[in-house]
Amino acid sequence: MSTNATLPARLAPFLARRRRSYYLFIAPALVTIGAVIIFPWLYTLWMSAFDWTLGSAAHYVGFGNYEKLFGNQRFGEAVLHTFYFTALAVAAPLLLGTAAAMIFHREFPFRGVLRGIFIMPMMATPVAVALVWTMMFHPQQGVLNYLLSLVGLPPSLWVYSPTLVIPSLVLVEIWHWTPLVMLIVLGGLAALPTEPYESARLDGASEWQLFRYITLPLVAPFIAVAAVIRTIDALKTFDTIYVITGGGPGTASETINIYLYLQAFAFYNIGTASAVVVVFFVIVLALALLLLHVREKTKWM
Amino acid sequence: MAENDRNKGVEQERRRLLQAGAGAVALGVIPGAGQLAALAQGAFDWKKFKGEKIEVFLVKSPRGDLLTKYHKEFEDLTGITVGSEMIPEQQQRQKAVIEFNSGNTSFDVIAISYHVQKRLFGKNKWLDDVRPMMADKSLVDPNLDFADFAKGGLTYATQADGRIDSLPLNLDPWVVYYNKELFDAKGVAYPKNFAEMVDVAARLNDPAKGVSGFVARGLKNANVPVWSSFLLGYGGAFIDANGKLMTDTPEALEAAKMYQTLLAKYGPQGVAGFNWNESQSLFLQGKAAMWLDGIGFAQPLEDPTKSRIVGKVGYGVMPAGPKAQVSALFGDGEGISTFSKKKGPSWFYLQWASNKANQTRMLQAAAGAPVRNSAYAAAQSSADFKAPKQWVECMLTSARIAQPGLPVIAPVTEFRDVFGIALTNMINGADPAAELKKATAEFQPILDKSEKT
Repeated sequence: MSTNATLPARLAPFLARRRRSYYLFIAPALVTIGAVIIFPWLYTLWMSAFDWTLGSAAHYVGFGNYEKLFGNQRFGEAVLHTFYFTALAVAAPLLLGTAAAMIFHREFPFRGVLRGIFIMPMMATPVAVALVWTMMFHPQQGVLNYLLSLVGLPPSLWVYSPTLVIPSLVLVEIWHWTPLVMLIVLGGLAALPTEPYESARLDGASEWQLFRYITLPLVAPFIAVAAVIRTIDALKTFDTIYVITGGGPGTASETINIYLYLQAFAFYNIGTASAVVVVFFVIVLALALLLLHVREKTKWM
Repeated sequence: MAENDRNKGVEQERRRLLQAGAGAVALGVIPGAGQLAALAQGAFDWKKFKGEKIEVFLVKSPRGDLLTKYHKEFEDLTGITVGSEMIPEQQQRQKAVIEFNSGNTSFDVIAISYHVQKRLFGKNKWLDDVRPMMADKSLVDPNLDFADFAKGGLTYATQADGRIDSLPLNLDPWVVYYNKELFDAKGVAYPKNFAEMVDVAARLNDPAKGVSGFVARGLKNANVPVWSSFLLGYGGAFIDANGKLMTDTPEALEAAKMYQTLLAKYGPQGVAGFNWNESQSLFLQGKAAMWLDGIGFAQPLEDPTKSRIVGKVGYGVMPAGPKAQVSALFGDGEGISTFSKKKGPSWFYLQWASNKANQTRMLQAAAGAPVRNSAYAAAQSSADFKAPKQWVECMLTSARIAQPGLPVIAPVTEFRDVFGIALTNMINGADPAAELKKATAEFQPILDKSEKT
């Protein structure tokens, strides 16, 4: 007993010294994070309290920029567009990607080659992809309307119509990012245990029941991971939208990112732009917490 | 608070530099200025600043490429070394504003767009007034020939307070490209006024054949000059003498209605998303009777590898409105950063960049429409000049009747954005009066604020 009590006491200076040397090792990382993440973040917060346009003097306005933002119809619409776009751009690739993973999980001829072809879109640069799609969407000369005419459908306005523009942009996202979801879910499927299937088959379960009650719950954590990644990507989508529509027609596809870009780099309203960043950060944080909560719930490993 | 201090710092720094510059030139204290003063009595010599080095900041464009290509010529002529950076227009403008705002620039000479940056740069005095140097005979190339510059270019280069803080390089008046084949097929003549223009668009519009009577930019922001082309013809203006917007006046409304009619009724499907390039490609395919845009976009129209209408293109001066015949004008130039320490060499570069040889080259390479009148005569007499005669005539006439196509204010981009959205909404069926009223109400405070601070 007595030796046990004195051992930690004797170890204490040694541990303290070791702890000090630990701090030394993490110091570079701390300094870097402080310089490139924490300082810019605090500075943005600070700037959001000023009415400042580049080329003019800055005035302290407190929460003035935020008040203006919340009363601004255009910003409100941008927030809605962001949610609309994100919801579609997460849900559609998740559904299609999971279905594709189920298909590629089975044995069939040329599976490897086809899987390779399937993931090729992921390798393309977003701006290049966006430029190609811009041409395909063209109402007179685009290939999409030509394809529609082949099957006897009337031409569509795609991204040139205020109502169709967001779904059309989501089409690009689906093409580009469904393979990523497929890869993640496929990885999950490969890791599944085979025993539950054997016993379920013995009990006479149908294919649908196998999928619904065994596969789906077991790959759910992987789908949740894909959902987190997709949500982050969809929220921060900028290049695709900026290149194809620039937020138009009018403001029909203006998301928070596009609005932010305009305020900061086209109008040079640094104060307003900083306030938009802070609001956007809060939205992203809230969504991330929600998704982490979902992920915890779907965990089985 | 930090920003206030920072701005004060910038202000002090700028004053200090300006004073130092002015004082030095007056007293001949610092070596460079001593040199200037010593040579003030002498004749002009291109080699005066031999051995110095300047940095120029250009926009990636056919004109920027052309200048860069001939930098060697300038270096041989003057013994000044040129370092140059050339990036796309949007990024160039962003970088410039941020650098000027920081109180120090990495460049000595900068290419600017008058229609976007004139007021912002003038208000902050970010570019040096070149008049003192222009008055000094020893610093002015005897062949500079200021009278050779088109009036529109000089007007653009002169600030409201009389300062001249740049030399113009090229002008881009708006013109109507028209398809002669489509016009001839229906026996229609080129319109002389706005009413005829709408009438011609209606007669030549043939959706069944995929032909539009009229095409122009519908994309927000890009579309504003189309509307201003009409606005100026109706006798309208952007802003009155007291800084109040005139964008909801009856003239502005008539112009907006004309815009709506031409684009929504006689324009192609999806025109609300068209910028100049979509409009151009439609016109190149022979699928549009008239196309209103800057004269600088003419080059591919006569290129057989890109165009289906080679030799069938008419170049028309903007038809007359009820009050005036005006071509909306855009233009670019080059100025010297007020933070530059190489004013003399930079001024030499400016003179070289817009000299007659470079201006003629610009025309020959179809890189843009030069600001010097003599360039047109010189280029036409040259054997490798390919632009049609009508294009040159159209350019010269348009330049004579040209007025700035955008208001000369600091927040131009925001103006284009707010009114651009209103115009795009009109194409999609919104009421012009309501849209203009809303946009005017939205933009007035932004304008007031920009002029106050």
